[in-house]
Amino acid sequence: MELITTVFIAKAIIVGVVFAITLGVAAYSTYFERKIAAFMQDRIGPDRAGPFGILQPLADAVKMFMKEDFIPANSNKWLFIAGPCLSMLTALMTSAVVPFGDSVTIGGATFDLQGIDVNIGILWVFGIVSLGVYGIMIGGWASNNKFALLGAIRAASQNISYELAMGMAIITILMITGSLSTKEIVEVQQNGHWNIFYQPLGFIIFIICAFAECNRTPFDLPECETELIGGYHTEYSSMKLGFYLFAEYINMFISGAVMATLYFGGYDYPGVDFVTQQFGSNVASFVGVGALIGKSLGFVFVFMWVRWTIPRFRYDQLMNLGWTGLIPLAMYNVVVTGFGILVGKPFMVSIAGLVLLIAALFVYDQLLVKKKIA
Amino acid sequence: MEISNIWYFLSALTLLSALMVIMSKNPIHSVLYLVFTFFCISAHYVLLNAQFLMAVNIIVYAGAIMVLFLFVIMMFDLKKNIPESKSSLTKLAGSVVAGTLLVILIAIVRKNNIPAPLGDKFNSQTGMVENLGQVLYGEFLLPFELVSILFFVAMVGAVLLGKREAGERNF
Amino acid sequence: MEAFAYVAAFLIAGILFLAFILTLAKWIRPNRPNVEKLSTYESGEAPMGNANIRFNPRFYLIALMFVLFEIELIFLFPWASVFHHPDLEKASPVWSSYALVEMFIFIGILALGLALAWVKGYLNWEKPIAPSLPNDSPIPDQAYQKIRDKYVSK
Repeated sequence: MELITTVFIAKAIIVGVVFAITLGVAAYSTYFERKIAAFMQDRIGPDRAGPFGILQPLADAVKMFMKEDFIPANSNKWLFIAGPCLSMLTALMTSAVVPFGDSVTIGGATFDLQGIDVNIGILWVFGIVSLGVYGIMIGGWASNNKFALLGAIRAASQNISYELAMGMAIITILMITGSLSTKEIVEVQQNGHWNIFYQPLGFIIFIICAFAECNRTPFDLPECETELIGGYHTEYSSMKLGFYLFAEYINMFISGAVMATLYFGGYDYPGVDFVTQQFGSNVASFVGVGALIGKSLGFVFVFMWVRWTIPRFRYDQLMNLGWTGLIPLAMYNVVVTGFGILVGKPFMVSIAGLVLLIAALFVYDQLLVKKKIA
Repeated sequence: MEISNIWYFLSALTLLSALMVIMSKNPIHSVLYLVFTFFCISAHYVLLNAQFLMAVNIIVYAGAIMVLFLFVIMMFDLKKNIPESKSSLTKLAGSVVAGTLLVILIAIVRKNNIPAPLGDKFNSQTGMVENLGQVLYGEFLLPFELVSILFFVAMVGAVLLGKREAGERNF
Repeated sequence: MEAFAYVAAFLIAGILFLAFILTLAKWIRPNRPNVEKLSTYESGEAPMGNANIRFNPRFYLIALMFVLFEIELIFLFPWASVFHHPDLEKASPVWSSYALVEMFIFIGILALGLALAWVKGYLNWEKPIAPSLPNDSPIPDQAYQKIRDKYVSK
């Protein structure tokens, strides 16, 4: 009984820590987003709140709390409140299955540094991602505003279209690891056998879909201000708007963590054995947590980098890319991966598949596209 | 907490939300209650240790089909489509049909003696995804391939539905 | 299965957190609504008509296709976990090739469906046709055309 209580307390602490990490990173992402934007545009960025402006997220939070919040008279009040809450909740729930680190032994008991280890972990992520459209759609519809509704419909269509290619990219990972558990997916990749080497094409598909699922530039059409004012959150203000914006940053961090888990070895880092020998396995595990968070932050940086580099897509381009670009590409990737595993040389075959694809695209470009213009 | 208590709680919740689906006036509320009902059913799957089915239930029903429902409902002009009150004859016909269905269901449940769960043959790992895969892709291969034909037919149907008429103007 | 108790714990913790934040915000923020503030925002104009606009039925078609492909994906998940399963490989050496071929047939038929929609042009988003505006400028159209020809040919 005592052991069960200890385990329960440990789990409660882990749940709390996972929440805290997610929220903290998301809060500071807003600061880094502005700093990086400033750096790329040769500006200074926020520098008033505290040294280098590092208290800016706090100031923003206080502002969100203090702003007047009004619910439009024509809106559906309960759904108007439920929209941002659902968005936030779906964003938070994904972090439950991300394995943040290997197990730690304290006082004879072993704890996994993971919120929940279920044997369908990656399906859980996929399911929660597929629920992400509800928050946006309900919020957009409940606002009773034309622009909000259009933004919501666009967001929903975009999310569901890119979810398919994302799912197929996940399937190729499962074919390699043979398990749906996120923990096992990471364990298979230990000692540098990262999936990115076996799945370069899958990773490209996945990261593009992650951009679309997070509604980030170049796919931020749902909130495209030149066409739709604020998109689905046009009518929102104060903390409810804050939830929507915050959910986007949480999604960014979590999708970075999922990408690190699926493709970059999760909490694996070069020199695990050395650290384990020198300082013991607990220290090695905690360094692993740092490695995972570092990788996720790297992806968050890529998200921001792309935002300030690439202009927004047009809606028909977005849909074409999803349905006629990524889905066939993902199908091709499944086929190539299947062959690779069957032959027993997944690495060689995946590279060969990529080369073949690029060659085919080049030939297509040379033969057809050039002819059309001429 | 006893596992049966959780079961009773979940079942009550499921029935309540299912009732709310048909009782709420706003169709969007109905859809949301239906989504909640699917979540409760997923929790039932967890109690049966059928984790894959639980995830599938969430992904397909809550994540895909209900999104389609939401799209359809949002396409209606809800303000104009408040259903007018039905005449008493329609109500009478409705209750007769529903009552007959209820009688039939009760009769079926009473006639059939539902077999008790087989304690010794029970395998808690049946619902795991690997076992499901082995059965699905070994024993039931032909039905599985036929399903793909069914999907193809459905897709052709969907494509034909989306055919555009000339001069239509939408946003 | 106990893991799902923690899922429930996670969910409850999330809901409590959101409720706490919203209540706290409600206590400390000002609340002075008026008719203007509560009206629907339409770029500063008085809102016109109903917000339930008719949107493109193509969105609906996308959702339909999505449901079909999603179910296909669901079939792929158990397949991916048993394909190349060591136990099954031991039982019959051709299992992996067999599983691969059956999935190729499955994906092939679905790809056929996608190809059909693609070829028929149902996946093409309709592009708006820009109305031809009357040209009032003193520069003749041919001058613009000349510049266009010059750069397009490059």
